[in-house]
Amino acid sequence: MTRLPYLKLVLATFASGTLLSVLLLIPNWFGDAASTAAPEIDLMLDVTIVISSYIFAGVCVALAYALIKWRVKPGDESDGLPIHGNTKLEIVWTMIPLLIVLGLGIYSWVVLDDIEAKDKDAQIVNVYSQQFAWTFGFPEQGNKWSEGELHVPVDRQTVFKLHAQDVIHSFWVPEWRIKKDNVPGITTDAIVTPDKVGHFQLVCTELCGYGHSTMRANVVVESEADYAKWVKGLDQKVPESLILTADQALEIEREAQARDGGIEGSGVQETGTDNQS
Amino acid sequence: MAAAIKQPGWYRGAIGALLGAAFGFFLVIGLRALMGLDIYQTEQTGYPHIVVPLITAPFGFLFGFGAFDYWFRWAAGKPTIPDDHSAHGATKWQDYFKFNTDHKVIGTQYVVTTLMFFLIGGLLALMMRAELASPGSQIVAANTFNGLFSTHAVIMIFLFIIPVFAGLANYVLPLMIGAPDMAFPRLNALSFWLLPIAGIIFIASFLAPGGSFDAGWTGYAPLSTGAPFGQSFFNVGVQFAGASSIATALNFLVTIITMRAPGMNLWRMPLLVWANLSTSLLVVGATPFVAGAQFMVLFDRVLGMNFFQFLEGGDVISYQHIFWFYSHPAVYIMMLPGFGIVSEIISTHARKPVFGYRLMALALIGIVVLSYTVWAHHMFVAGMFSWLRVPIMITTLLIAVPTGIKIFSWLGTLFYGKIHVYSTAMLFALAFIVTFTVGGISGVMLGMIPLDIHVSDTYFIVAHIHFVLFGGSVFTIFAGIYHWFPKMTGRMYDEKLGRIHFWGTVIGTWGTFVPMHWIGMDGMPRRVADYASQYGDWNLFISVFAFILGAVQLVFFYNMIVSWRFGPKAGDNPWRANTIEWQVSSPPPVFNFDEIPRVVGGPYEFGTPGARHAIMGGETAAEIPEPKPTTVTAP
Ligand code: HEM
Ligand SMILES: [Cu+2]
Ligand SMILES: [Cu+2]
Repeated sequence: MTRLPYLKLVLATFASGTLLSVLLLIPNWFGDAASTAAPEIDLMLDVTIVISSYIFAGVCVALAYALIKWRVKPGDESDGLPIHGNTKLEIVWTMIPLLIVLGLGIYSWVVLDDIEAKDKDAQIVNVYSQQFAWTFGFPEQGNKWSEGELHVPVDRQTVFKLHAQDVIHSFWVPEWRIKKDNVPGITTDAIVTPDKVGHFQLVCTELCGYGHSTMRANVVVESEADYAKWVKGLDQKVPESLILTADQALEIEREAQARDGGIEGSGVQETGTDNQS
Repeated sequence: MAAAIKQPGWYRGAIGALLGAAFGFFLVIGLRALMGLDIYQTEQTGYPHIVVPLITAPFGFLFGFGAFDYWFRWAAGKPTIPDDHSAHGATKWQDYFKFNTDHKVIGTQYVVTTLMFFLIGGLLALMMRAELASPGSQIVAANTFNGLFSTHAVIMIFLFIIPVFAGLANYVLPLMIGAPDMAFPRLNALSFWLLPIAGIIFIASFLAPGGSFDAGWTGYAPLSTGAPFGQSFFNVGVQFAGASSIATALNFLVTIITMRAPGMNLWRMPLLVWANLSTSLLVVGATPFVAGAQFMVLFDRVLGMNFFQFLEGGDVISYQHIFWFYSHPAVYIMMLPGFGIVSEIISTHARKPVFGYRLMALALIGIVVLSYTVWAHHMFVAGMFSWLRVPIMITTLLIAVPTGIKIFSWLGTLFYGKIHVYSTAMLFALAFIVTFTVGGISGVMLGMIPLDIHVSDTYFIVAHIHFVLFGGSVFTIFAGIYHWFPKMTGRMYDEKLGRIHFWGTVIGTWGTFVPMHWIGMDGMPRRVADYASQYGDWNLFISVFAFILGAVQLVFFYNMIVSWRFGPKAGDNPWRANTIEWQVSSPPPVFNFDEIPRVVGGPYEFGTPGARHAIMGGETAAEIPEPKPTTVTAP
């Protein structure tokens, strides 16, 4: 039995893995970034791409080597070597992936906590969704109401309180990298600190009916002053019906919890409707 | 004629279906009249006078068809008709259209039927790709489009991938473990016949007022509870498909546990058997949850209950918990049997024992256990309890470990082997390793919450699921069909056409599904009939490759049909494999074995001179040389 050319295999994996990661790191996969969460998430993507490239390269190198080295010559009817396994090797290829995924898990956890940390000066914006339109309420500015267009100040955290009037919708601004479902009956939240001014699109990403693919809204990130001016200029208030529905839902939740004693451990009972805390 | 009507069969089945439908219909309108309600309730979520017959007519058909005759006689204490085995085995093509209890006939029925559904599901996919080839509205309206992807996914999952594996295992597994048949042959036949029923119900939904079900294969409430009538067809159809899976899984479990040939202890079971054992453990535990979820939706719709009606105290998110408690295990239900197939093929064609056989088996069990603990990774952005996310992320990432073990062990099997690549089966198995690795990697990325938050519900998900389901499951299905085709038909398929199919499929799969990662990450959501024009070029590219992928499947169908009829005789063991199914004739005799084989060694003893897996009836032990134990450790 010939010894494996370990060094060559490792070098080939290293070389092709490096080449692959370099190629895969060139494009800006997630697109433009416009929130404080985005660079962290994009970095995480890059780290994952590099690790994945080496793993994928390792699999391909091993497969290619085996196919070149041990492909039978025509007419050879004999069998391969009766190797049943190798405990040491099996332990290695259980432990290494284990360490990698645990590392990625802890890394993800840290980043998650970071991007969801709430700032003290955060403002709240209500996001109402219904088939197939978005509307926005500004509770801290006299419950002003905007249809189809969302403005937020730059460099200040906004906590979006997400509501749904009929079916599930999902709130996503790709440049912010943040997404959360609007769920009828409860209030969910999405936390974003936009850090670039500009125009973006709010995209519904949860199937909500025939108009799903057209359920968009314009998002404008602007300076604090421009934002204040824009909100002031809004001449509508959030209609009773929207608030009523949200309140009704809240009332129902409260009643249900009074009846059942809340959902243990879910963190739901303290806040009534807020599943996120 | 009168005799034909009394006999179980198609006539009696048709009459049964009509009587069943009439019973359901009059039951509903009778009860409604008694209660003083409008006789017909035709709100879109209503139509009880059609929903109930949708359930009773199939039962009527099955009674008429003879599925329950034996059991009813037994239950009623009547003398059962002595089984003359006329319902066993097939001598002419008509026998495949009967309530046949031979596992080999049932296996063939399954594979052929599910391939038909693969064709239908594929056509629906191509209609979608035609619509998506450029931005704007091409050939279908938006709500029709939603119906297309919903029915496409449901047909592919419930009527192709899950049951085709059940079909292949049905054929091969009893032979592999040296059993004359499955443990419960009548239940086995019933399981099969539930499938076309489910298929007809799903497809019939296109005829429903308001069109077919269109809330996605996930059928999230409350979109599904308020959806047009077609949704009820999904709710009911899933019950039949689910019952079919559960019954088959029970059958496999009992067969594997109690009917192994003497000498086949757990560590001598081929990995395909291990894989189906694991899959069955997932099916019996998880499938009742999807059945329950769909009943709850149906009850909300038709009976006005409020499991998920948020304005009446229903809880919307609980639907997703119940659904995914099935549907995550389901993704492994769709993958583990393929793992088994690949292990058999790679070992046989590399002429080497499976590397790390025991760890391979344990990895399967590990996946089963972990599978029950990760469902909520589909709900990271759903607004569920936020504390649940991190624990679920950890278990999700851990699943990559046993999955990795499998990939590395297949590679290890190839090392120091004698690799034959003349068989299309082996080509698909090798390509599977590469493609599935990509799907596994994107799975790990999705398991990492911060990345998932961005790409959840985008085309990245579509890319991931197709890499694991097309590049994973479907590749193994093709591998399995090519591998056992000579056993099932006694004839050999055409390797040249096999190669065309193989390369076309590999190129088509990568060309179609790789760019979906990119447009998804860049911002294109999934389940949309239209998209921002910046994604137009890639979508056209994807559609072109999708059509190549679709077209090349015709080569497969042609090869299968023509080779089945005219292919050269294959011989009993064309791949020189060790497992028991290859030691009998091709196709195998009606009762599989004259004498039950005795298992004397592991299933993959390639390279050990004189080592045997099984001693077939007719041979005496004296003729069998004692194997020389050889131990070679890898360098
Ligand atoms: C390393 C193993 C895997 C991991 C870690 C993994 C992880 C995930 C995650 C986290 C999601 C949810 C993404 C989202 O919706 O935001 C997902 C979706 C999905 N996965 Fe996997 N996956 C793995 C392997 C598989 C396999 C083997 C299959 C099937 C053969 C599969 C089929 C699916 C399907 C069908 C979906 C989408 C369901 C839907 O929303 O319609 N995955 N996967
Ligand atoms: Cu939507
Ligand atoms: Cu999953």
